[in-house]
Amino acid sequence: MCLGIPGRIVEITDAAGCLAKVDVSGVQRTISVRLLADDMPGPDEWVLVHVGFAMAKIDETEAMLTLAAVQQLGEAYTDELEAFRGSTA
Amino acid sequence: MRFVDEFRDPAAARTLLGAIERLAAPDRHHKFMEVCGGHTHTIYRHGIEHLLPANVELVHGPGCPVCVIPMGRVDDAMWLAEQPDVIFTCFGDMMRVPGSNGSLLEAKARGADVRFVYSPLDALALATRNPDRQVVFFALGFETTAPSTAVTLVRARELGVANFSVFCNHVTIVPPLKAILDSPDLRLDGFLGPGHVSTVVGNRPYRFVPEVYGKPIVVAGFEPLDILASVAMLLTQLREGRCEVENQYSRIVRDEGNPAALALMGQVFALRPHFEWRGLGFISQSALRLHDDFAEFDAEQRFAMPGVRVADPKACQCGEVLKGVLKPWECKVFGTACTPETPIGTCMVSPEGACAAYYNFGRMHRDAAHLVARG
Ligand code: SF4
Repeated sequence: MCLGIPGRIVEITDAAGCLAKVDVSGVQRTISVRLLADDMPGPDEWVLVHVGFAMAKIDETEAMLTLAAVQQLGEAYTDELEAFRGSTA
Repeated sequence: MRFVDEFRDPAAARTLLGAIERLAAPDRHHKFMEVCGGHTHTIYRHGIEHLLPANVELVHGPGCPVCVIPMGRVDDAMWLAEQPDVIFTCFGDMMRVPGSNGSLLEAKARGADVRFVYSPLDALALATRNPDRQVVFFALGFETTAPSTAVTLVRARELGVANFSVFCNHVTIVPPLKAILDSPDLRLDGFLGPGHVSTVVGNRPYRFVPEVYGKPIVVAGFEPLDILASVAMLLTQLREGRCEVENQYSRIVRDEGNPAALALMGQVFALRPHFEWRGLGFISQSALRLHDDFAEFDAEQRFAMPGVRVADPKACQCGEVLKGVLKPWECKVFGTACTPETPIGTCMVSPEGACAAYYNFGRMHRDAAHLVARG
């Protein structure tokens, strides 16, 4: 659960509620961007996603490299992605 | 150096390992603690302990949130899950943690409505969809996850969700570090600081490590190269006679952390006077409860929970592992009575737990390293 996965913001779906749709390795779901309210990410920006929340903005190169590293974790990564896919808040 | 080939940039890894070898004083043994379970996972996954020179040792710290939950809190969770009308929600890692009467997974098999969620927001959504049920979320984790719970509670209030509550077990990173530094069991030369916790708290809370205890600390990322770079930074500090908080993970972690997240935490949580940690005992001001303003969402107030203190199982040496005094394989029940399928202690449950990480990856690397050494 401490794993952070990079996700790309697809769109801000609810600006007042700070909700956004992100894409993580082709899987899309809604997350909260409220923790980044001071510096709101926009479409196509990358964020580090942790338990359904964007924790920090990251640049694209970093996102790609982190994703590759996280994918190497094997089961821990597939479990996280499965959980991410499974829920639709 | 067979393991190095798995690295993102094997040439950079070799350079860093060369630097580490040069920096490590040959007449000294250097012992660094990696605070975060994510680091432990990377270290075992990539066999980093065997790549480092013999006089540079990494020991595991208390930073796996599932690992530090004491048995009594698991029993409380089980009790909540078994109340009529309750839908009990938790992170997947928590489902298999043994309480004194089995795990939440077993409670579920016995008929309790236990569901695992990816996010606390999913638990809140479950509450809005099931207005006639009580939905309880088992909140745990360090400052990485606490802001998520805080946002969820603020949201619950905005939406007026009356059937949602939180069983709060959030903990903070600084007090256990102090406890470890104060403990006579372990002589450490420095710390790899937790990367994702620091995205929230920043670098400042660690200043006491150099200032009060005279030890360097480097906030480290989670990739194998991050770990090597951070070890090299620690050794450089020791070499140069410096002792500071340094940030290796500056591409993500800012000095001031995330002020919005800290403000939300301040609004929603209050410090508990003390809290029990698995294997470490009671540590004062080390955990969070819901602030009085959010008392209506506090499961500990909504339900008459037994709150019984239960001693950790006798065979379990998780406390020693969490303090870095024992390596996982030195625990008497490691790999025999205690395995990921039938865990006795918490460190065997979460993939970030030292015992599980070592069980899954470390043993192979150790065997391989011995073969290489012999051949
Ligand atoms: S082997 Fe099991 S009981 Fe022993 S320290 Fe690890 S998790 Fe705890």
